[in-house]
Amino acid sequence: MNARKVSSAFQLAWQLALLLLLLVAVGCMVGSDGWAWAQWRTDTDLILDIRLPRTLGACLAGALLGLAGALAQGLFRNPLADPYLLGSASGASLGVAIGMVLLSQLDMSPWFVRVGITGMAFMGAWLAVALSLVLSWGVQHTLRLLLAGVVVGVVLGAIASLLLVMFPQIQGSVQSFMLGSTAYVSWPACGLMLAVLALSWAASVAASPLLDGLALGESTALSLGLPVKSLRWVLLGLLALCTAAAVAQTGLIAFVGLAAPHLVRARYKGIHGKTLSLSCLMGAVLLGGADLLARGLMAPLELPVGVLTAILGGGYMLYLMRGMSSGSSAGRGGRL
Amino acid sequence: MMAMKLVRPLVLAGALLTGAGVGLIAQAQQTETSQVVKAFQLTDDRGRVVVIDKAPQRVVTLLPSLGEIVCELKACELLVGVDRYSNWPDRVKSLPKLGGLDDTQLEALVKLKPDLVLLARSSRVTQRLESMGIKVVALEPQSQEDMHRVIQLIAGALHLPNAKERAETLWQSIQQKLDAAALRVPAQAKGVRIYFEAGSGYFAAGEASYIGETLKRLGLVNVVTANMGAFPQVNPEFVVKANPQIIFMGERAANDLPSRPGWQRIEAIQQQRICSFPPAQSDIIVRSGPRIPEAAELMVACLKRLYPA
Repeated sequence: MNARKVSSAFQLAWQLALLLLLLVAVGCMVGSDGWAWAQWRTDTDLILDIRLPRTLGACLAGALLGLAGALAQGLFRNPLADPYLLGSASGASLGVAIGMVLLSQLDMSPWFVRVGITGMAFMGAWLAVALSLVLSWGVQHTLRLLLAGVVVGVVLGAIASLLLVMFPQIQGSVQSFMLGSTAYVSWPACGLMLAVLALSWAASVAASPLLDGLALGESTALSLGLPVKSLRWVLLGLLALCTAAAVAQTGLIAFVGLAAPHLVRARYKGIHGKTLSLSCLMGAVLLGGADLLARGLMAPLELPVGVLTAILGGGYMLYLMRGMSSGSSAGRGGRL
Repeated sequence: MMAMKLVRPLVLAGALLTGAGVGLIAQAQQTETSQVVKAFQLTDDRGRVVVIDKAPQRVVTLLPSLGEIVCELKACELLVGVDRYSNWPDRVKSLPKLGGLDDTQLEALVKLKPDLVLLARSSRVTQRLESMGIKVVALEPQSQEDMHRVIQLIAGALHLPNAKERAETLWQSIQQKLDAAALRVPAQAKGVRIYFEAGSGYFAAGEASYIGETLKRLGLVNVVTANMGAFPQVNPEFVVKANPQIIFMGERAANDLPSRPGWQRIEAIQQQRICSFPPAQSDIIVRSGPRIPEAAELMVACLKRLYPA
């Protein structure tokens, strides 16, 4: 068990990519009545309109969360960091809650119809992160940033709960948002997430030397001549962007962002540039697989995808932990 | 918990706390063309203008009250799918169930090839359906007056023959049945102070709600006045102070009524004047659909039990 093979980045990458392709292919074949291998000819419209965008959307959102998780864990040098660390989850929930309240009131302003629930979630997540940054007076102090994130999360979460109590008719909608769902991802949403992913992936890989430097300690990073402050801003911005883009389209998917980097590091240890890319792939596989199970397991009923990511990711992490405790912890270091 | 059961359909009726009957007034205009194809144009509750140019043959409703209206307009055979909470009339029970407003089964819905989907404003599938070219109309009856409008819009949207008359007939029959129910209220019950608990956590059905409208029509005085909102959450102390003479609530919530601190002082509890409704009846009472007269009858039946002539 503890002799788990450490593979090369390339090896892991093509394994994950293959798995991903398989998931997308199978994803097109799982319909409302469960597995539908035979009817793929008659279901072409359904596949193109519904199954393909939702499968791709799940993978893209997973990739965004995986990337965000790897960024967060690298930036905060904390294996417990996840994409929602800076309050974006509570911010997004609050945005959705406000959106649903507006939606349930009769007089809707036309701007709101255009922004929609997705827009509200996106703005909420962004504003929460911005608030955390302002309250921590910048990005220099990791601890202050984390605490500000916690405070913002708690306060915004409390306001969202208050709205839920005051307007009970929005409870169902907000709750289903908090559980996450990949069921209603459309083609434009896929395009949007793909654009964000491409941009953030390229930028974060380019800025990843900072994470490698930070892994050795803040002062080491500085002494290496890295522009720590400005790169931190960039990476935090990317973290917020990835999280907000994923959350807006699929709701609060639990655990993918936390688990993906860990699952990658269990198989590959190396520089952050590669870990980030692999975390993208791992996140995509995780959420893509969870999406598949969510609609396949109890078809035609659909399980909330967030519940499955938690069970799947959590289960695998426990399995990894078992291997860790019984064997050498030296190689894994404190950063797993 | 019963009360929770009460809340959920309320939520689905989409009509909680929204300030009954204010706001958007959707107008329907029938463009005057030949008798064969009249395009029907309406502004739905999202403020969207929807043009329905031919008579829908396959209709899906995602709100129990909307399905009930379609059936009461004698167009039940047009329905091909409903939400999971729809359970009336019997024909609806055999139709495919497509989930709720927050977890609608998109693919199952699209597979039914509907040409019109009636849903609530908060529905999550609205945009996805529209992007696939399916006609979507969001309608939520907020008050009894508002239901008149919704019935007319649905009759028009379905291109029913004599749509206007049919809608008017349904509306008039609802009104007549309500008047008839009001006449059967025992004389001693008139003007009595009442409190209607619509959901756990002291959510009351105020005078401004459609439930409150029915209660008012029966000659009862709601302790939760119109200025407090349609379904406000009230302080338990407020109810004790208001001292209602009758309490309406769900069956299970009624069980622990005596154990609520201080509530023994309330006249309704001292004199055992409690109207509690089992889940099947709650469905009828909390939906803002065409079965409001039935809801009124249930209330009257209870009043008769409490005040035997």
